[in-house]
Formats: sequence, structure tokens, C-alpha cells
Amino acid sequence: MARANAERPASGSEPSLLAKVGTIEADALRVGIEGRTLIDRLSVRIAPGELWCLLGANGVGKTMLLHTLVGLHRPSSGIVRIDGRSLPEWSVESLSHKRAFLPQLIPSTIETSVLDLVLMGRHPFRSRWQWEDDDDRAIASDALRAVDLQRVANHDAARLSGGERQRVAIAALLAQQAPVMLLDEPVAHLDLHHQIVVLEHLRALAASGHSILLSIHDLNLARRFATNAMLINGDGSSRVGPVDDVMESNALSAAFGHGVLALDAGDRKVFVAQ
Amino acid sequence: MKTASRSTSAFRRSARPLARAVSVWAILALAALASLVVAVAAGSTSIPFVDVLDALVSGESSSTAEVVRQLRLPRALAAFATGGLLAIAGALMQVLLRNPLADPYVLGVSGGAAVGALGAMTLGLGAMLVSASAFVGALASVALVFGFAQRDLAQLEAPTAADPSPRLLLTGVILASGWSAIIALLLTIAPEAKLRGMLFWLMGDLAGADNYLPALIALPLIVACAFPVSRECNVLLRGPVIAHALGVQVARLRVTLYALASLATALAVTTAGAVGFIGLVIPHALRIVIGNDQRVLLPASALAGGTLLVIADTAARTVLAPQQLPVGVLTALLGVPTFMLLLMRRSGRS
Repeated sequence: MARANAERPASGSEPSLLAKVGTIEADALRVGIEGRTLIDRLSVRIAPGELWCLLGANGVGKTMLLHTLVGLHRPSSGIVRIDGRSLPEWSVESLSHKRAFLPQLIPSTIETSVLDLVLMGRHPFRSRWQWEDDDDRAIASDALRAVDLQRVANHDAARLSGGERQRVAIAALLAQQAPVMLLDEPVAHLDLHHQIVVLEHLRALAASGHSILLSIHDLNLARRFATNAMLINGDGSSRVGPVDDVMESNALSAAFGHGVLALDAGDRKVFVAQ
Repeated sequence: MKTASRSTSAFRRSARPLARAVSVWAILALAALASLVVAVAAGSTSIPFVDVLDALVSGESSSTAEVVRQLRLPRALAAFATGGLLAIAGALMQVLLRNPLADPYVLGVSGGAAVGALGAMTLGLGAMLVSASAFVGALASVALVFGFAQRDLAQLEAPTAADPSPRLLLTGVILASGWSAIIALLLTIAPEAKLRGMLFWLMGDLAGADNYLPALIALPLIVACAFPVSRECNVLLRGPVIAHALGVQVARLRVTLYALASLATALAVTTAGAVGFIGLVIPHALRIVIGNDQRVLLPASALAGGTLLVIADTAARTVLAPQQLPVGVLTALLGVPTFMLLLMRRSGRS
């Protein structure tokens, strides 16, 4: 934790915290564990207005890359920068105003109401002695509305289904209102309709100036909602760029080790596994 | 499924969490005060409430006043401090380990204290030295576990879905079983005459709790140190990754929780021996009734734990008088059915 922990001037006084936009970039990033390199020479810049999808087979290091970008995992080499400042220069507190992260594995829900879980997203904005106020509750209930769970705001979170819990976690991330959002498989456990609901909301956020990166296994949803794509091959190499350039059937087939056909369905391209 | 309008009204009702917290604390504080008054009034000679007040306020030296000031009040305060410390230590451990089965003793603090206390008793040392030795034993245990699990406390990333806490938990549990073996050894070699005192110590007993001031002073201090980090505790319960993303310095928070819980436990066992059950059950019971917001729960645990131990100790003194029971027996006998009822009520609701 020390690496993302260099003390900065008192948080709150930094003008950059108030900025509504943020850019996260990886510069010649090498990510690996125990001497094994999973991703090498990755340079990418996720700017306001962009929604990036992170694609790749199981075990190629998508989660580890996200953890590296968040500051949980130290890169083997290379630098992660947010707004031009490398991660170790940020304090944990000021980072929490700048970027939000949805992990793939969230420990089983504690006994509390759905609304209280979403209000946790407001934690960075309250001092030690402040309790959440009406603004926080309004933000939290907006976030619940965005994931279509406003009905269950006062229910016990432990009673929800797996997909609903995932949406609660997404709502908590939205309540954090961070300009940079990193999400590890946000729609993996959601039903068809709510996959679209969540991705449409994220697309709207990106359009309004957020910088978003999410890992996803559904190629068609990725193609439909992302502006850019990052395809991890597993041999260290990766393909980065606008979604139409990266998501091309040969590249996808090679990355997933399985033939992927691109078919034209009306005005949309559809990927089908062979 | 609630209708939208009902949800909205419930929404407004819960819109003042601070006011709700204050009323919870006020009710528990009144209960604590009531339990202390009962504890002082009840005993082999029951003292009318007016005389209790009189003995406390005026400086007169009647025999009643002596009983109140020299015997019953100190013992009631010792019970309150011990119970409060154990309950808040349990609540903190349950947050730190994110494990509902955690209690103040799970990481071996009481085992270390017991080895210290029983060792001193075996050597025939006086009460003061027994307490001091128990405290040293508790701290030694705390330091050992911290030394072994220090890296786990700083561990954030869990790419394998495994939480880092199991190793901390395992270290503590293993150490605790080591202490148990030494305790068994001490019980075996101790002189016959000392065995009763040792067993009372192991079960928890307030009869010899003369040196209760450290615990009584520490209780409000530990609550005051835990309260400012209580919202971070809420966030930590969602896991270290989310806590880190929300700006919590996870390693620092975990060390703080471990230190506070350990100190509270060490002072409690030094005062009254290993009183069981309070640290496990009070936080759970409160969670069922008032919810799982640590900002409300931590101070409430201290108040409710103190109250329960005062009540249990009063019962321990009076139920089979003149025979005195170890209070640890009573906490379990009172606590188990209460807890079962709460659990059943909750499963009935779902």
C-alpha cells in the first residue's frame, strides 16, 4: 500500500480533486507475477469521453492489469499516470476522488441495507465526523435508479440475488462520482436487460466526460458500447485502439484461441464463435 | 415487495442516522446506569435505593456506606469496564477478521494472559503480580501474532479470491492452542490449594477485581479512539480492495483495529480473568437489533457489554448466596438463550 501512499498536501485543498474529468494512462507497462510476464510494453491513454473494453481469454492478466492501474499491484516496470501524475505520487485519499474501481470478487455482503452499501461510495467525501447528508442520499438513490434497483433501497442487501448484488456494487461505484472508472467484469452476472441498462449508463457517463475501462467477455456488447478496445493476447503482446480496428475477427480468433466470425446483421456487426 | 411510495417513506425515516444513533446510545446508557444501581443495591443485605444515593453522595462512614463504597461500587465498576472492553474488542475483531465467529480471545490474547496469571499463581505471587503477569502475557501474545501476521495486515490484493485474514486468524488460533497446552501443564503441576483460584480465573471472576481503574479509564479512551475510524470499518467490511479504492489506508486501519482490540482485551482479562461470551455475543445481538453501522455499533457495544456483565455479576453474587459463582458461567447461561431467541426471531422474519 505504501507505493500509492506518498503524502500529498491536505486533500480537499487540491484543485485537481475538484476537476470533473480525469485521464489515466499506462506508459510501457509490464505486468506480471512471480517472474512471469503477462502483459508487456502496454502503452495506452484513456481520455475523457472514452469507454474502453478490456478483452482477453481467462488468465491473460486482465484483472491484474486493472489492479495495477488501481494501485493494488505494483507493475514490473513502466508507469501508471492519472492526470499526468504517477500513481505513487497520489495519496490513497486523493485517488479516491479521482478514480473508482469495481473489483470482480466482492466478499459476501454484510448485513446492511442496500442504500447503506451504496452510501459507502460517498465515504471519500465525508470527513471523519460528518455523517452522510441529504445530498449523499440523493446521489445514492440516483445511482440505485441507474441500475434499476431503487425499489429495494431499504431492503437487506444479503437477501438480494447475485446479479442484484452486482448492481448494488455498481451503484456504489457510481455514487463515488469519480471521473476515472475501472470495472472488472461489471456485467458478468447480470441478465440481458440489465447488462444493457448498465452499459448504456456507462456509455452516457463516458459521453459526458468520464474515462472508463471495463473488462468484458461478451464481444457483441463490447463492440456495441465501447469506443476503444484493449485486446490482451497472453504472450505479453496486446492490441490497443479504436474498437473497430482492434475487434477484427483474425485478431480475436488468435487472442481467444478459437475461431471468431464477424457477420453483418443489418447495420451491426455480430461476432459468432465457430 | 414494497411499493415505491412505502420505500420512499422508509427512506425519509432513516434519513437522520445520527439522531437515531444518539437515541440508541441514550437508551443503552440509561440501561447501564440502572444496572449499576441494581448492582450496588443488591447483595447479601439489600440496600434501599435512597441509602445507596446517600452513601455515594455524603461522606458519612456508616457500615452501609462502607459496603457501597468499598465493596459493591468498585466491583460493579470493574464489571462494567471489563464487559465494555470485551464487547468493543469483539466488535473490532469481527471487523478486522471479517469473520462473525471472531471474539476478543480468538487471536490468543486471553491464552497469553492466562499463562501469565496462572504462572504467577503457581509461584504463589500476590494479586497485584498476578494481574501484572497476566497483562505481560497478553501483550506477549499480541506481539507474537503481530510479528507473524504483520505482512498480512498490509496485504491488499487478493487475486485468488482468498482473503488475507485467514492467515492472521490461523496464526492466532495456533498460538491460542499453544497457550492452552501450557495452561493445561500449569493446572497439572500447580499445588492443589491453588486450583480453585486458577479455575475461577480461567472462567472469569470479578471477586478479586480490585485493580479495576486501568480498565475503567481505558474503556472511554478506546471507544474514543475507535469511533473516528468507525466509518472506515464499515468500508473495510466490503473487503480491502473496495476500501482501498474508497481512500481507506487499509494497512494502517487494520493495525489500529488490532492494537485497540488487543489492548481492550488485555486490560479486561487482567481485571477479571477470561470472561467468556460477552465479546462474541454482544456485538452480534446488537447488530440484529440496531444494524451493522460500526459508528453506532462500537459505542453501543461498550455500553451493552458493560451492562450485561454488571447484571451477570450481580446474579453471580446473589443467586446462590452466600456461594459466589464465577461470572463467566453466568454470562454464558444468560447469553446463550438470549442469543438463540434473537437468532430465531431473525430467521422467523426472513
